[in-house]
Amino acid sequence: MKEIIIIGRGGQGGKSAATILAEAALEGGNFIQSFSEYGAERQGAPVYSYCRIDDKEIRIHQGVTHPDIVAVIDPTLLPQLTMTEDMPDDGILVLNTTLSPKDVRDKMNIRKCKVFTVNATQISIDCFGKAIPNTPMLGAIERAAKLVTLDGLKKKITDKFLRKIGEEAVKKNITAIERAYNEVKEG
Amino acid sequence: MNTQELKKAQALSGAEAVAHAMRQIDPDVVPAYPITPQTDIMHAFAKFVSDGKVTGELICVESEHSAMSACVGASGAGARVMTATSANGLALMWEIVYIAASLRLPIVMSVVNRALSGPINIHCDHSDSMGCRDSGWMQMYAENNQEAYEQTIFSMKFAERAKIPIMTCMDGFITSHAVEPVILFDDAKVKAFIGDYRGDWPLLDVDKPVTMGPLDLFDYYFEHKRKQSEGIYLAKNIFNEVAEEFDRTFGTKIDVVEKYFFDDADTVIVAMSSTCGTAKVTIDKMRKEGKKVGLLKIRLFRPFPSWELRQILKGKKIVAVLDRSESFGAFGGPLFTEIRSAMYEEKGPKIVNYIFGLGGREIDAGMIERVFTEIDAYKTNEIKEYVKYLGVRG
Amino acid sequence: MKKAKEGWKELEDGGRIIVAGNSVLYKTGDWRTNRPVWDESKCTQCMICWLTCPDSSIPAKDKKRIETDFDHCKGCGICAEVCPVKCIKMKPETDFQ
Repeated sequence: MKEIIIIGRGGQGGKSAATILAEAALEGGNFIQSFSEYGAERQGAPVYSYCRIDDKEIRIHQGVTHPDIVAVIDPTLLPQLTMTEDMPDDGILVLNTTLSPKDVRDKMNIRKCKVFTVNATQISIDCFGKAIPNTPMLGAIERAAKLVTLDGLKKKITDKFLRKIGEEAVKKNITAIERAYNEVKEG
Repeated sequence: MNTQELKKAQALSGAEAVAHAMRQIDPDVVPAYPITPQTDIMHAFAKFVSDGKVTGELICVESEHSAMSACVGASGAGARVMTATSANGLALMWEIVYIAASLRLPIVMSVVNRALSGPINIHCDHSDSMGCRDSGWMQMYAENNQEAYEQTIFSMKFAERAKIPIMTCMDGFITSHAVEPVILFDDAKVKAFIGDYRGDWPLLDVDKPVTMGPLDLFDYYFEHKRKQSEGIYLAKNIFNEVAEEFDRTFGTKIDVVEKYFFDDADTVIVAMSSTCGTAKVTIDKMRKEGKKVGLLKIRLFRPFPSWELRQILKGKKIVAVLDRSESFGAFGGPLFTEIRSAMYEEKGPKIVNYIFGLGGREIDAGMIERVFTEIDAYKTNEIKEYVKYLGVRG
Repeated sequence: MKKAKEGWKELEDGGRIIVAGNSVLYKTGDWRTNRPVWDESKCTQCMICWLTCPDSSIPAKDKKRIETDFDHCKGCGICAEVCPVKCIKMKPETDFQ
């Protein structure tokens, strides 16, 4: 089982990202579960969203405490990365930041896990004209963790949003995902 | 659910899954008032209404007291009626909840379990529906999204056949807001299963005039209550009938209890709702270590399956009953007192109680493993405390 | 002899009353302490008493009121009060026992 935590701020779409990831994984033939922390969900408050992906039925109903993958979708939330000690050595961190993986390691004193960084905020501004980094982060997570497939992710975005936001907006989302997928740096 | 079945599943939250069940049932009247975490059900159902996917009437009332009043009026008039609520919303319905049951109106209410105030809290525990355990409503509890969906369809037929309203409960947020794979039944199959509904004495049938809810004093009230009591007692047989039809139609078993690694287990946990999923994961791990642990999940809480539980639990050595609500001033939580009472005539097992998860406090596999380990020691050691609190700071 | 009340098994579910117009079975005549005495010779058959009786205890036949239904009349005296020719008088029930 893969357990994923997505850390974002209320209103940034962390919960949506976790749901989309789960839905794409289900279409890929996996058992899934996604949920979010509720309560202090004011716009801007740090919010943890969770996703589980497995080849067996998922029965557990508790929070994720030992994630395999953690994604931080807001650069100012890097200090929330306090759970790396509870992650496996080959755990994956996907971070929206202008810093390089090495700089993040040094700054946050992270000695384990694979670190992936991407400037998802800039990609989002380029694609949508505003900072909604959750969509590009999905591309980066896919490149780093290979939970679904890039095509599966793009198909899910199209199926889910085409009727709601139209073809042009869907294309922008897909471009954002592709750019993040290609621009993510590992180190 | 296996990998083959998974192909038919879609990703739905528990609330969305229940809304789909409501769409398929297409009740005549749905009076509702929003409250967290129930709101997601009505949010999804209202969408079905405005998209023209259902034909029934959604009445947006001004309070839960009005919601249940409208349910009683509509059901008394002969309509098929559903609603949903949580916590303080259910508390505000209180007066009319009892009236619905005493009039034997088969209303189906989805209760998304949430802690009652105060202090104010929006997260899961069972204090809301447990507070209604003497109201005359039937109650079922779902472990996950699939069960919440199936239970809603099952409840409609069960309630109408028993002529008793039912609360179909799921854990707030944990189930209602989590997205899981859910397999929806075929729309036409659901329609065929629940069939058409016609109450015995609908108020709107002018050829069969009827008086409902007349003044009933010391000369008849007691007899009417005795009759109501017999009605819910007999509903246990109806449960089995409907479960058999459900299995024949959908190929899915719904039982009053579910056993998990139970028969050869001597150390057993009894629990309800989403916690059972986490308990199953814990048992899988402990079984691999050779420990004979098991789970008994209660699906039907009202009418309480006392006799069945007595037969099922009598050979066990030690049982821990997990209660997600407190019964202030009582000797243990509601599930514990029911089970101890059911087992009174038996020599064993020893039974202890753990109150847990109030106000959404996390219960994880580690905590459940500690319960198993702790009660295992009671096989030989004396029990000093029968009612314990799990996961509270000391 | 008074009929014994039903046991719980004989009752309708939900305390419903499924027999229409059954209030006639509930005899309230013994609630009465004053009896309306009607003088038919003075009565103009204006029917105001028939209209205002709260217990429908003044029966009518061929568009005329007839003697009060003493099985149900509670002796409230409204008929005597509204009678424009004062042909109804309230008399203590003890006079008739």
